[in-house]
Amino acid sequence: MMTEKDFPDAGFDTVQLVPKAQAREALSFLKNELGFNVLVDHTAADLSKWPEAKEGRFELTWRLMKLDPKTGLVERRLALKTRVAEGEDGPPSSKDLWPNADWAEREVWDMFGVKPSDNPSIKRLLLYEEFKGHPLRKDYPIAKRQPLVEPMAAPRERIDPKELRPKLVDS
Amino acid sequence: MSDEFESRGAEGSGESFRTPGIIASRLDDAIGWARKYSIFQYPFVTACCGMEFMSTAGSHYDLDRFGAGFPRFSPRQADVLMVVGTVSHKIAPILKRIYEQMAEPKWVVAFGVCTCTGGFYDDYATVQGIDTIVPVDLYIPGCPPRPENVLQGLMLLQDKIQKQGRHPKPGTLRPPVR
Ligand code: SF4
Repeated sequence: MMTEKDFPDAGFDTVQLVPKAQAREALSFLKNELGFNVLVDHTAADLSKWPEAKEGRFELTWRLMKLDPKTGLVERRLALKTRVAEGEDGPPSSKDLWPNADWAEREVWDMFGVKPSDNPSIKRLLLYEEFKGHPLRKDYPIAKRQPLVEPMAAPRERIDPKELRPKLVDS
Repeated sequence: MSDEFESRGAEGSGESFRTPGIIASRLDDAIGWARKYSIFQYPFVTACCGMEFMSTAGSHYDLDRFGAGFPRFSPRQADVLMVVGTVSHKIAPILKRIYEQMAEPKWVVAFGVCTCTGGFYDDYATVQGIDTIVPVDLYIPGCPPRPENVLQGLMLLQDKIQKQGRHPKPGTLRPPVR
């Protein structure tokens, strides 16, 4: 069971790292018990060039904000992070908590190839379906392009209008 | 009346055709003249260059002075395709389709470095110059180009249209950069 003491308030830069198995529970707790009513962003980072990579290659982040419904002023901010190893799914989707998490999760899938464990048929958000790979992974060559249209053929020579004029047979 | 008309009228004939009520000209010149001052443009605006395009089209710089103030949002009614802003590989098929839908004669303007070469977006998402997909007649460099730059480009395009006469040829195509 999580309690309020698990999430001490360290000002605007509070960052909390939780194991992947607890991430979904922590998110529900933050939304329902602690009142973090805004998901500012959900994103990821590829740590493969960092020493932290041995705890899991991808770091998922949820940036949360607690707004006072009466005044609209910010009461608290918190960033929840978790690590996901390569080839694994992330924690279950949090779109039931914050509807905007849906698109953010699709973007994380699109760019990093990490999907929520309860959404196996997730679709890309920004790139097109034909795209192969996940471009924000450090091992994707950044300038590798996957064009959808073939380059245009050189233009056909124009017909000279003189050729279209009727020709007299015996001239 | 424009210079092209008057100078042609007197040329080689030994006498002036400038009788009141009569204009003599070559057909190519007349058609070029009519086309260059009645540019209906299709603004294909995808990114930040659009701001500069709006500023050029607005009353301060006033594209309408050049007869190009009337945007048509149907490619079938447009004769200049203004590609304004970064073109990604996702939108490239749409750009090509719009180009193909335009009736001839048609011209294409690459507005800003993103459309000319891909600009600084040498990445997985961006087309490295729209002239790898559609033929381009005029390149306006700059990130974004200043309105003066755009107006100069427009006047160069008018010159080109005037010189091409009745049968303009499509602009440049470049082999793709992969
Ligand atoms: S050329 Fe510069 S201003 Fe224009 S679309 Fe590209 S980045 Fe934006």
